[in-house]
Amino acid sequence: MSEVHAETVPFVRGTMLPEAPPPAAERGAIHWLRANLFSGWVNTILTFVGLFVLWWLFQHFYPWFRHSVWNASSMAECRTLITERWGEGAGGGCFGLVRERWNQFLFGFYPPAEYWRPISAFWLLFLALAPVLFTESRKLRWIVVGVASVMAFALSMLMGAPDPVLICLAVGIVLWVVLIEYIPRAALIVSVIFPFLAVWLLWGGSIWGPATILAGAVLGLAVWGALSRFGALAVLAGLAVAVLWWWFLSSQAAIDLQRLLPLELPKMESRGFGGFLLAITIGVSAIVMSLPLGIILALARQSDLPIVKGFAVIFIEFIRGVPLITLLFVASLLLNYFLPPGTNFDIILRVIIMVTLFASAYMAEVIRGGLASLPRGQYEAAGALGLNYWKMQRLIILPQALKVSIPGIVGTFIGVFKDTTLVTFVGLFDPLKQLADTIRATFEWKGAYWEPYIFSGLIFFILCFSMSRYSMYLEQRLKRDHR
Amino acid sequence: MTYSDNSTARMTADRSAMSVGDEVAIDIVKMNKWFGTFHVLRDIDLTVRRGERIVIAGPSGSGKSTLIRCINRLEEHQSGRIVVDGVELTHDLKNIDKVRSEVGMVFQHFNLFPHLTVLENCTLAPIWVRKLPRRQADEIAMRYLEKVRIPEQAHKYPGQLSGGQQQRVAIARSLCMEPRIMLFDEPTSALDPEMIKEVLDTMIELAQDGMTMICVTHEMGFAQAVANRVIFMDQGQIVEQNSPREFFNNPQSERTKLFLSQILGH
Ligand SMILES: Nc1ncnc2c1ncn2[C@@H]1O[C@H](COP(=O)(O)OP(=O)(O)O)[C@@H](O)[C@H]1O
Ligand SMILES: [Mg+2]
Repeated sequence: MSEVHAETVPFVRGTMLPEAPPPAAERGAIHWLRANLFSGWVNTILTFVGLFVLWWLFQHFYPWFRHSVWNASSMAECRTLITERWGEGAGGGCFGLVRERWNQFLFGFYPPAEYWRPISAFWLLFLALAPVLFTESRKLRWIVVGVASVMAFALSMLMGAPDPVLICLAVGIVLWVVLIEYIPRAALIVSVIFPFLAVWLLWGGSIWGPATILAGAVLGLAVWGALSRFGALAVLAGLAVAVLWWWFLSSQAAIDLQRLLPLELPKMESRGFGGFLLAITIGVSAIVMSLPLGIILALARQSDLPIVKGFAVIFIEFIRGVPLITLLFVASLLLNYFLPPGTNFDIILRVIIMVTLFASAYMAEVIRGGLASLPRGQYEAAGALGLNYWKMQRLIILPQALKVSIPGIVGTFIGVFKDTTLVTFVGLFDPLKQLADTIRATFEWKGAYWEPYIFSGLIFFILCFSMSRYSMYLEQRLKRDHR
Repeated sequence: MTYSDNSTARMTADRSAMSVGDEVAIDIVKMNKWFGTFHVLRDIDLTVRRGERIVIAGPSGSGKSTLIRCINRLEEHQSGRIVVDGVELTHDLKNIDKVRSEVGMVFQHFNLFPHLTVLENCTLAPIWVRKLPRRQADEIAMRYLEKVRIPEQAHKYPGQLSGGQQQRVAIARSLCMEPRIMLFDEPTSALDPEMIKEVLDTMIELAQDGMTMICVTHEMGFAQAVANRVIFMDQGQIVEQNSPREFFNNPQSERTKLFLSQILGH
């Protein structure tokens, strides 16, 4: 039918129009170029400036990478090789350093015979995280769990772990994977226990040390559960029982159990930790602990109870007002004054506590932003249905607030992880400065400047970029409001 | 002045089925509330019997929402007494929990939980407050979703539903706690005109089942069809209280007359 005079002539549509494809100009590479790079004068100039900068950067740095040498065992040898191959005056990277010293970048001064311990702890970490982080997609979970299991076992074997350990590892991994797939609730409990296993693997000593400390926590929770109808009193009772156990009984129990059933690994010194082993140990611990602490602080800051709120505000503002380095100095120097003489309070533990406190203050503010973004109606609807404060928080408020805060939370995680390099200031061997300096101070690698930074930077980038991708994946998965 | 319904289709309800008992459901005596120094509710006296349907009307800011929010303690009153189902609202948290699990509330903006499916919205409180097993909670939820005629949407998220559907889910969510009293705070005023009727129909059915209801609404057709009493509030006070017929056809106070002339568009 005719479409003319639609405005002037009374009109009734007889047939509905079918959907039609967009015109060709709206699609394709040419269209994309025109729309994004050459739409107007300014844009075109900027495009050319950008291209020029890219070309300049490439031209400047590419030869250095192209001339780089991997199989040289000292700086001098590397320089000679480059001159031989590329002529007088050619510059190039001496990545032989990475090949020779990668183990120090990764493990610091951890004894090579024991490398299997941090390696298996690292890969088992992914099994522990799988029931928490990868519940939404079975395929992804299988990939993560599969890669982590194979890596944990194969690398331990490669690094010369003793046979009994390998057998335990294999059996443990198989059982654990079965749990993750078929009894996720039990796998969650294993995830909670995992930190104790990791501590034992990393620092060694008798397994009964971490085990009795874990027993204290279980005992406290059991008391809390048994008395739960008394509310806050039950929490206090549980806490008291746990503290009493740790204070008076756990070390003796550990010694007795060790005598009954000796089970130990060679003990490691915290001062020997270095490189990414150190950064990941501190980073992961601080990340895992700062999230719950940050949630509690954020809720406390929103609380109606003036004392709780006041404490949260003072804590958050104080921590955020002080540089992390100050807190680290407090950890390394000042704490010694306050502790009774002779107490051996591990330096890494002290640093972890400080980094955790630091991160949790930032986390609290990020989460507070998420809490503030929820409309009041959510609280009212939950209240009107009869949910009490904790149920409301757990079921309605936090799931939504945390979802909104994911970019901020992961941003804080990434920041914390990179900030772990600051432990260089309390004499620990961070991968970026202290360790690189140590390697540079050797006769062979004197003068290697860029290579350690490039190598460490690359590993940091891979780890941080994975976290960032994971956060985007999670946001995508949780997108539910379809608005 | 005669009443004319200009906004909604004519509504009818079988009033013979809606009996009012002698038992007192809500008793409010000389209740006062302040927001800071602002005296928002003044000497409110109101008794609601079991099975009664009360419509509260009044200009914006007159304290209607605040009044019904005091009934389930979303707001705290400062003097006077509020007794709901024989339980007085005081600072005792146990009483508050008890009242809240007996009183359902429907909000202007639905306030569904966007991160949960429709079914999960409905089963949340039965599972976590009433401690019902999931199977039983699911059954109850499906029963009430059928009652509000959207069982087929059970596994969608609220953001995928229209406003009218969302409000009906909100009603079902409240009903799943099997409350003895329902409070409605302008349940249709955020809805597009074509969706108002589906929500009002649901509410009329609820009234016919004998539910005790307090509705803040300006839907005068609804008031005509089901209310036992219409209460007119202004400046934090109950100004007039009467049967719907008398209220609309023979309003007493000047304020009421002015208000009716405004909302009825004369
Ligand atoms: N939380 C609050 N704090 C301070 N003032 C409030 C608060 N809630 C409502 N008010 C005020 O109380 C008065 C009554 O509000 P409301 O009960 O919502 O009125 P209505 O529902 O009749 O429109 C209004 O003037 C409003 O601005
Ligand atoms: Mg209102």
